[in-house]
Amino acid sequence: MNMPFYVAPEQLMKDRADYAQKGIARGRSLVAIECADGILICAENPSRNLRKVSEIYDRIAFAGVGKYNEYDQLRIAGVRHADLKGFNYSRDDVDAQALANQYAQILGQVFTHDAKPMEVEILVAEVGTEQSGDRLFHIRYDGSVSDETLVTVLGGDAEAIRGRLDGAVQADMGLGAALRAAIDALAGPDRGLTVDEIEVAVLDRDGDGRRFRRLENGDITSLLA
Amino acid sequence: MESHRGRIASLEPVTLPLFHPTEDPGPSFASLLRSVGQGPVDLPADASDKLEITHGTTVVAVKYADGVVIAGDRRATSGNLISHRTMKKVFAADRWSGVAIAGAAGPAIEMVKLFQLQLEHYEKVEGHTLSLEGKANQLSGMVRNHLPAAMQGMAVVPIFAGYDRKRDKGRLWAFDVTGGRYEEEDHVVSGSGSLHAGTVIKLGQRAGMTRDEVVELVIQSLFQAADADSATGGPDSMRGIFPIVATITADGFTELAEAEVSERFDAVVDAIAVRHGGSTTSDSVGD
Repeated sequence: MNMPFYVAPEQLMKDRADYAQKGIARGRSLVAIECADGILICAENPSRNLRKVSEIYDRIAFAGVGKYNEYDQLRIAGVRHADLKGFNYSRDDVDAQALANQYAQILGQVFTHDAKPMEVEILVAEVGTEQSGDRLFHIRYDGSVSDETLVTVLGGDAEAIRGRLDGAVQADMGLGAALRAAIDALAGPDRGLTVDEIEVAVLDRDGDGRRFRRLENGDITSLLA
Repeated sequence: MESHRGRIASLEPVTLPLFHPTEDPGPSFASLLRSVGQGPVDLPADASDKLEITHGTTVVAVKYADGVVIAGDRRATSGNLISHRTMKKVFAADRWSGVAIAGAAGPAIEMVKLFQLQLEHYEKVEGHTLSLEGKANQLSGMVRNHLPAAMQGMAVVPIFAGYDRKRDKGRLWAFDVTGGRYEEEDHVVSGSGSLHAGTVIKLGQRAGMTRDEVVELVIQSLFQAADADSATGGPDSMRGIFPIVATITADGFTELAEAEVSERFDAVVDAIAVRHGGSTTSDSVGD
């Protein structure tokens, strides 16, 4: 009888984590910033059609980096989760935390049990009526969740981008200032990003019903002016 | 990942619905409901014999240059009793379309809720909205699926109106209980007062009407329907309840302020009072 080689669990987990991290590092990063007008999500994304940022529910947005088919599958599952929950209970009962927990369960499950971990990092953002009510849940490939405030960065280059953002961002910023800070942090000191290379969406703090709004090129240019 | 088959339709904990690619329900919310075991519940064959079903009544939609005006009264009846005075029958289906319902109130409201969700769900999953015709088609399917209940006396007959942003014009659809979908050129009506409302509109509609003229015509039609049909509610100044009127144009679905609607109804009532030599204090009418 053939015995499989013994692999220490530490080694197994490390190999899987390395694999996932490498996959994520290949993609481009995104940032989310809480500001006075809502939550701004800005991603470096040259594609007009393969979106990284999208709507989940009235106050909730989703963003993902890494392998497109994997985070898109999670995005659709999130829309289904939210719409079913709102249908069965009420629109007010749909919250980001429950969804973040579900994502964490799935990613954790896949990380330890499936043939390969998902090469994704995702963000579940919920805008509150006050900035103190904003929620940013950052979920990693192994299912670990962090509840972040003010800013969050997803992607391979997160450390460096976060370093650039920390000095530039404060609470109660306007949307334009936040967008400028996000673009500068994503680009870094050595290059610039044009409007065609970024994807921007906002969860508006004020308003009724669905708060998710994509910013088109024209909106971005006038915000930055 | 886990199989949802055989689950009972009820308020159950909502988990993350992931499907194998071959079993994926796609962008349809109705398919999703079926996939998670929350499909429609079959009614007993003789439901309407045993129960008094609440019915909603008159709804109308009229096309004009900028789009569509859609409106409906507020009354719901069970047999010859008034069961609700403030029922809403006109809803925004999404930003650029509206749906108004007549027929068995419970299933009708459920249908609207599902329809709204269906459009929103499609938009979120697919990343763009359905075409206006696609929306009308979806509603037609929902009415058709409701046919078994309609055969038991719980018919739901909606009207659908919207602004077609590809063609830059308002469009209207009428339905029948079998899910038949009929696009109309000038106006659609549904419900017990539809004969009277439809006649008023037919006589008053002209080409090139302005928003104000069309709103006035719709108000007249609802007033005459309420005046002649006991199941249709008129303006209730005593309680401050007025029919709902909305416009759907390039700017989207906008419900008229209650002040404008009540003012216009008061004018109609005053005109009638003057004609009959009475005073011009508007009172509750419609019964």
